[in-house]
Amino acid sequence: MNDTSALVIFVAAVFTNNILLTYFLGMCSFLACSRRFETAIGLGAAVTFVLTSTTILNYGIYYGILVPEAPLCAMDLTHLQYIIFIAVIAAFVQLVEMIIERFSPRLYHALGIFLPLITVNCAILGVALFMVTFQFTLFQAVAFGFGGGVGWTLVIVLLTGLRQKMGYANLPAPFRGVAITMIVTGVMAMAYMGFAGMVSIQ
Amino acid sequence: MSASGANTGGFCPPGGCGSQGILVFRAGVWNNNPIAVQILGICSALAVTTRLENALVMGLAVIFVIVLSNLLLSLLRTATPRRIRMIAEVAVIATFVILVDQFLKAYYPDMSGRLGPYVGLIITNCIVMGRAEAFALHNRPAVSVVDGAANGLGYTIILALVGLVRELGGTGRIVFGERTLLEIPGYVPNHVMILAPGAFIALGFLVALFYALGLQREQEAHP
Repeated sequence: MNDTSALVIFVAAVFTNNILLTYFLGMCSFLACSRRFETAIGLGAAVTFVLTSTTILNYGIYYGILVPEAPLCAMDLTHLQYIIFIAVIAAFVQLVEMIIERFSPRLYHALGIFLPLITVNCAILGVALFMVTFQFTLFQAVAFGFGGGVGWTLVIVLLTGLRQKMGYANLPAPFRGVAITMIVTGVMAMAYMGFAGMVSIQ
Repeated sequence: MSASGANTGGFCPPGGCGSQGILVFRAGVWNNNPIAVQILGICSALAVTTRLENALVMGLAVIFVIVLSNLLLSLLRTATPRRIRMIAEVAVIATFVILVDQFLKAYYPDMSGRLGPYVGLIITNCIVMGRAEAFALHNRPAVSVVDGAANGLGYTIILALVGLVRELGGTGRIVFGERTLLEIPGYVPNHVMILAPGAFIALGFLVALFYALGLQREQEAHP
């Protein structure tokens, strides 16, 4: 078991072990949705919410059913983790989408369009898999999931600002669009390396 | 986000394709390369490319998954109702990913440890799902297998290039297992290439290079 405090894990997930800049998770939606500020914030909020909730669900299923010493099922089913995790994520996203659509049309319009995208956002599945690798307790896993979402939002919002500024720059044609975004992200990752050593979760 | 080569892209108009296999193959490997042109499957391209060896193993794993999932989904294409096709795709892909993961864990435990959760993340790799959605569900099994192999190969080539640049730049040599294949004498290792920023920057330049080559090809075709 890992005995780091949940607060340390939260800070680590936001800064030193940022899911985007150190684990490279959630790149697709990061590149596609970092043009407008509102989009970036909306997607960030949706990712944070889904990430925190599915981490709790997946934690319960993994330690309640899949591991050999689980209370609900005595067999070792850990090899099924991938298929179970992705099914939980897809079902949860679908359920949330239906609930929001029914009860809060305004929130649905603000957030709803991003929800289907999130099912295939690798950050969600990635955090569930890291939860298993790092052997987190429930509290630590929630801190990691929530911190991961906050960290992802922070980076996508920062990048949106940079991309809006870059819109005025006269770049060579091949670098326009994705290439320069990737290089700028690299420079940002270098800046984030300044946080390294502040806290550690391994 | 496809930039160039869209004319020979993955799609083929119904009933109008002659030597479809070759065309599909070229599109997947080069003109419509999944990473460098379509910008799909970036996560693993950045994460596992600290060493050339890891990049090649990951490439093989993706080729295996994409070929078999394309084959199976293409065989099932008439039996899959449209509304549940996403779930069917994910279930098929996840099954093959579990096979790869168990195989690596059993026979190459250190490699499995080094790739870590990124083997499992092949499930959410947009390339695999993208080929299933855009190609396998509309085409015959044989051609879907070619498409899968070509896209897998295109992915592997880019991964190998990024891995080569990063390992050589970061350590000054290429190591396979226990053997050192190549070593630059007197090179001072630039550690940043192995760390996260090196991945973003190397792939950024590679995407720019592909885009420049695509622009040049278009200018030659329509001067």
